[in-house]
Amino acid sequence: MMIKLQAKEIVFGYDSNPVLDSVSFEIAPSKLVTIVGPNGSGKSTLIKCINKIVSPQGGSILIDRREVAKMTRMEVARYLSYVPQSSVRIFPTNVFDTILMGRRPHIGWLGSERDEEKVWDVLQLLNIERLAMNNFSELSGGQQQKVLIARALVQEAEVMLLDEPTSNLDIWHQLDVMNIIRDVVKKKEITAIMALHDLNLASYYSDRIIMMKRGKIVAVGDPHSVITEENIASVYRVQAAVRKLSDRPMIMPLRQIRGSKA
Amino acid sequence: MMSGKALFFRAKTRAEMSQSRRAGKRSAMQTAHDRFKLVRIFFVLGIAALLVFLTGLIITLGPLEISVADAYSALLARFLPDHFQSEALTSRVVWNIRFPRILGGMMAGFGLGICGCVMQAVLKNPLASPFTLGITAGAQFGISMAAVIGFSVLGGPYFIIGNAFLCALLCSFFIIGLAAIKGATSENLVLAGIAVNYFFSAISQLLKYFASDEQLRLMTNWGMGDLAAFSWANSQLLLAVFVICVPLLMSKCWDLNIMTAGDDTAKSIGVNAENTRLFIMATSSLLVAVIVCFMGIIAFVGLVAPHMARMVIGGDHRFLIPASGVLGALVLMSADAVGMNLMAPTIIPTGIMTSIVGVPFFMYLMMKGKRKEFWT
Repeated sequence: MMIKLQAKEIVFGYDSNPVLDSVSFEIAPSKLVTIVGPNGSGKSTLIKCINKIVSPQGGSILIDRREVAKMTRMEVARYLSYVPQSSVRIFPTNVFDTILMGRRPHIGWLGSERDEEKVWDVLQLLNIERLAMNNFSELSGGQQQKVLIARALVQEAEVMLLDEPTSNLDIWHQLDVMNIIRDVVKKKEITAIMALHDLNLASYYSDRIIMMKRGKIVAVGDPHSVITEENIASVYRVQAAVRKLSDRPMIMPLRQIRGSKA
Repeated sequence: MMSGKALFFRAKTRAEMSQSRRAGKRSAMQTAHDRFKLVRIFFVLGIAALLVFLTGLIITLGPLEISVADAYSALLARFLPDHFQSEALTSRVVWNIRFPRILGGMMAGFGLGICGCVMQAVLKNPLASPFTLGITAGAQFGISMAAVIGFSVLGGPYFIIGNAFLCALLCSFFIIGLAAIKGATSENLVLAGIAVNYFFSAISQLLKYFASDEQLRLMTNWGMGDLAAFSWANSQLLLAVFVICVPLLMSKCWDLNIMTAGDDTAKSIGVNAENTRLFIMATSSLLVAVIVCFMGIIAFVGLVAPHMARMVIGGDHRFLIPASGVLGALVLMSADAVGMNLMAPTIIPTGIMTSIVGVPFFMYLMMKGKRKEFWT
């Protein structure tokens, strides 16, 4: 198997509170990978460790066999782009300028026509060109998420990290955003790694799922092997029914499992 | 599922797009964006032209009658003596009395506008400015110390100025250091600024309490901001600091754009958020320190100029930094011109005028409230 990104025994914690406890995994190129797990299981932290937004206390991340910790931020930004969960704007910025920020790792001091052309390309690709001159803060949640994805796309990195891109979106926009991600993964041959809460979305779209609990990886594999009634019971303490739909396991949560401190 | 796919493939292919661009066809949005780019450029050029015009206009104000044309030729005669002539008296009044004060106001306004702009960006805080962060208060404390206790780190002609300079720097490094220990979030920095402001103000008040009449007058003047202190004799240091700091701040314009999106995003795009913040704060503190040294405390310009610029040209620091600077200069020069002539021959101190003229305008911008996200 070709390996695009490799995590080796990542350890991270605030004070003596471990958030990530020796996390290791490997990811092949051009795949859509989701990280799932209960609140506080370390999904978002893991995403932030991968592109050095926070520095892990132990272990290493390798991308194309190069160690991320030894790269400059600018180098990391050429390999890895990042879509935050949301972006609060204190000062007004229009959509075009927001996306143009993503060209920073490639840009000269004044910026060039080429950089602007790339922004227009991505705006058209995501079909949001009409929003170009709108104020970012005045967009709906779904539109904001698309703009943030567009910014990551103009960065032209081979791996895109996303932190819960569908949270706060209605189901139409959840599908909209997930379809965009799946399509760019295919078309631009990039790897997407995202933290996700919705197990059904994860199951439907992912090539591979990483399931975490309390900073440890519990299960890794394709949706069929990870999204099982047993795993959901032990990781989420929820009894669920898992059925196949469109050849993907879909879950219906039934009841909480109380008492047992699994 | 289909909707997403359809959406994706409805977009033109890259080949089609580049073809239509080669043919010179641009979409309505692209045309709108092109127009906005021009608006930004013309706005900066326009206010710069206004600055030149205002300079000539303000030179004409005063007891000696000087026309606008005479004002410009008196200035240009200094640089191009072959092409422009000027009467000796006019030349002396323009060059030695009126222009230095205008230039001082221009530089102070320009520097404060730029500093406010970059500080607001790195702290992601619309209330950040040299005054609100306590850096000017630090400088004032240095001045009070020299004037009342007679203590100064530097002697000779830098007796007061050197103190102001070092205390301002010390103050901003204290804020940065405190924030570095507690985590350099924008909230921590502004809270630290408020604390520093109150602390130094209290000590300055204490020193005033013990000061003699003469010392009190000096400290009060400095506290109100006084452009009369600027002259050709002491302009070199100010100019040197400007020539170094302004290009340094401008060189960070992309990083400043990105910093407004938050530290996590900035890091993910390749900007070292912490280092950029320290660099910007240190460089702009230096600029503020020399301005306070020469002109005293001028509160309101650094806060309002960036907001005025943002209203018109948006948040791109490639244009926002120069625009904030020029608008700061315009505000300060106009306010000072009014202060000079309103109750002539009594001169109202610059700092008082900027606040009297500017605060109502600032309130108006606030109440207009179109860009409500400023104040959330």
